[in-house]
Amino acid sequence: MTAILSVRDLHINFGGVKAADGVDLEIFPHELVAVIGPNGSGKTTFLNLCTGYISPSQGSVTFEGQAITDLRPRQITRRGIARAFQIPQLFTGHSLIDNVMLAIAAQRGIWQPFRPLAQREYLDEARRTLGLLSLDEAADLPTATLPEGMRKLADIAIALALKPRLLLLDEPTSGVSTAEKFPLMDKIVSVLRAGKITALFVEHDMDMVERYADRVLVWDAGRVIATGAPGEILRSADVLERVIGVS
Amino acid sequence: MSSAYIPLIVDGLADAALIFFVAVGLTLVFSVMRILNVAHGSFYALGAYISVVIGLWLTGRGGPVLGLAALVISPVLIAVLLGPLIELTLLRWTYGRPEALQILVTFGLFLILEDAQKLIFGVQPYSQDTPMQILGITRIGGIVYLNYQLILVLMAVLVAVGLRLMLKRTRIGKLIVTVVTDQELAQTLGIDSSRVFILAFSLGVFLAALGGALASPTVGVAPGLGSETIVLAFAVAAIGGLGQIEGAALAAILVGLTRSAAIYFAPEFQPVAPYLVMLAVLLVRPFGLFGSIGLRRI
Amino acid sequence: MTLRHIIGLALIAAVLPLAVPWLGFVFTLAVGKGLAALGVAVLLRGGLISIGHALYFAVGAYATAFLMRNDGINEFLLLLLLSTVVATLVGLVVGVFMVRYRAIFFAMLNLAVSMVFFTLLSKMYHVTGGTDGLRVATPTLFGFAPSRVQFNSVLQYGSLILMIGAALIVDRYLRSPLGEALSAVHSNEVRLEYLGVSARRVILIAYAASAALAGLGGTVTAFAVGHIVPELSYWTISGQLVLIAVLGGIGGTPGAFIGAFFLELVRTFAVGFAADAWNVIIGIALLIVIFFLPEGLYGLLHRTGKQGSTP
Repeated sequence: MTAILSVRDLHINFGGVKAADGVDLEIFPHELVAVIGPNGSGKTTFLNLCTGYISPSQGSVTFEGQAITDLRPRQITRRGIARAFQIPQLFTGHSLIDNVMLAIAAQRGIWQPFRPLAQREYLDEARRTLGLLSLDEAADLPTATLPEGMRKLADIAIALALKPRLLLLDEPTSGVSTAEKFPLMDKIVSVLRAGKITALFVEHDMDMVERYADRVLVWDAGRVIATGAPGEILRSADVLERVIGVS
Repeated sequence: MSSAYIPLIVDGLADAALIFFVAVGLTLVFSVMRILNVAHGSFYALGAYISVVIGLWLTGRGGPVLGLAALVISPVLIAVLLGPLIELTLLRWTYGRPEALQILVTFGLFLILEDAQKLIFGVQPYSQDTPMQILGITRIGGIVYLNYQLILVLMAVLVAVGLRLMLKRTRIGKLIVTVVTDQELAQTLGIDSSRVFILAFSLGVFLAALGGALASPTVGVAPGLGSETIVLAFAVAAIGGLGQIEGAALAAILVGLTRSAAIYFAPEFQPVAPYLVMLAVLLVRPFGLFGSIGLRRI
Repeated sequence: MTLRHIIGLALIAAVLPLAVPWLGFVFTLAVGKGLAALGVAVLLRGGLISIGHALYFAVGAYATAFLMRNDGINEFLLLLLLSTVVATLVGLVVGVFMVRYRAIFFAMLNLAVSMVFFTLLSKMYHVTGGTDGLRVATPTLFGFAPSRVQFNSVLQYGSLILMIGAALIVDRYLRSPLGEALSAVHSNEVRLEYLGVSARRVILIAYAASAALAGLGGTVTAFAVGHIVPELSYWTISGQLVLIAVLGGIGGTPGAFIGAFFLELVRTFAVGFAADAWNVIIGIALLIVIFFLPEGLYGLLHRTGKQGSTP
């Protein structure tokens, strides 16, 4: 099978720190891949490089067979990669449903100066998207007032509204209480499966990785040090020591 | 270099010195309080008016040499009276609010100060060039220098070095730097940022008023001085990089020399010169010569 | 809501001069400034503050004067249209450069460009009439040549129609995907880019629209006064436009016009009893509004409107 995303020999330094030090990896269609690794190992930097927020000093990123290495975030988004952030990135002046409608409009054509954003079609679709993540109750609340867990979800809802073929999730359940983590991830995963969306998620909770990931990429010091099925990776002594700090 | 250009350069540097005082005050206030003070030019104008009035009064009592003292007394007076008053009543309220509001509050202050000047000093121009006359001239190698211009340049250098030393060496300077670099850290260290703000703002007022006072012997003091000065100071501060002391110094020299070159070669373009320099610099370096901005963490 | 408020304002502005004729001129000036302030308010939606929009105000005014003098165009509506087009084009060209900057830098670059323009207007005597300015003659209306008095009435009521039209169109724009994307630039530009939308292009359209509004306002002002000077582009006028926008309130499009009517009325009365102190009065009024009415004067109307509608 050909990879949907393939990354070759990616390098970037921040003041001498090698945040990416020869990253090589491939993501295949319809996979759900977990990214694990200690803090500062370059996981978020990798997402920034893949989406054009920063440019690598060396190496290439290819999406669906086309090089996207030097494109800007908006160009990469238009090609079908969406992202949800570690720190939720919301339009704080707008209500939750407006946030999602903006994403829908962005996908269908933002250059409409005279039809209202709140048109029937967009409203319906935005409600559907919010419903998928059980956010319908909060639809009309200003995003600035939402609690952190809901802000994370709102961020994911915006990314889903873009109808991506590849979704990058940066710690999707980090602001959510332990009891809610599994039901929430269940919802996200069922949306991904239903939409045949390939996804990659950064995660610290090994139970989540074990339960949801098809494959795991282990990060350390700016490179992928191991990859494989969760079962074998999470039982590897070397990985456990480096990532989780137990020996 | 042909010696014919020396007067041009001296004129340019003297001009640069005056611009520097007011621009460095603006940039200092911006770096500490993150506020672009539109009323900053009005302190320059006030400095000019008050030093002329006090200068005339002192000259009447103790002769022209005593009149020189007015150039230093009046900026101190303005800074002490207006600095804390304005910081405490108006600016304090604007911290953390949208930029548009901050700029507008200072614009409101600008409007008030402009008319207050007209009401107090009238609309007739004042001129008082005694300080320049009594300092006389120096002749070196057949070229005549105005001593007053040389003193201006010297003072600007002293102020630049003094500011840098103050920020680096003194306790209050270190407090200011801490507040600038990390507001949260400053709070956890128990630094009274309120006092730092009052001090920094008053210092900014002093520098603007000093610029005006020192400029007063070289120009006619009339309404409109404040509004002309503030746009010039903006341009210089932007060229140097907002919040950058060395940047303001370099930018002032650049603008001063360009303006004096324009006066010699194409006088009608003298007023545009600073803005053309600004547009050229910002086109290449969007945050000014010494400015920079980091990526937001996401 | 917007419709009701703007028509209410237009009705007041249409009726009062019947009792007090000289108010007609004051109101026409207010509409001119209000149109330009509406342009500034559009940019404020995107969190962008321009202290240089007097540039487009003056471009509109000078375009009218040039078109009449050099090209022999005298038809009122055509002049309004062409001058607005000229201002829009200038806005597009300058905008391509401006959209790269944000916050203070955006404010100051607009200031710089407007000051260059101001200097050129003042110095290029042979083209612009220098500081003497240029005369703007009474234009023709559909081929007829009205007297000055007749034309003033046409301008007075015509400008009110322009006001209603501009307020409604801008209102629709601000609620559209493109207009909401403009506010999104303000709250989170990074996210907007991650939606696949070019923030710069969103801003460029807003910038051109704001230039068009300011240009239209400048043209109305040129016709009303009959004489234009470089001071139209001076930075204090730009400051005044921001002042009007915020004084009136950027919560709705009628705000800019309410601010402008308020300002012109205060100015008119101040000239009567304290000509040298009218800036003090405006300055204090501005501070009071900023401190006590965060939504501007229009916020007052809006709030009472909302309370009235709750059962």
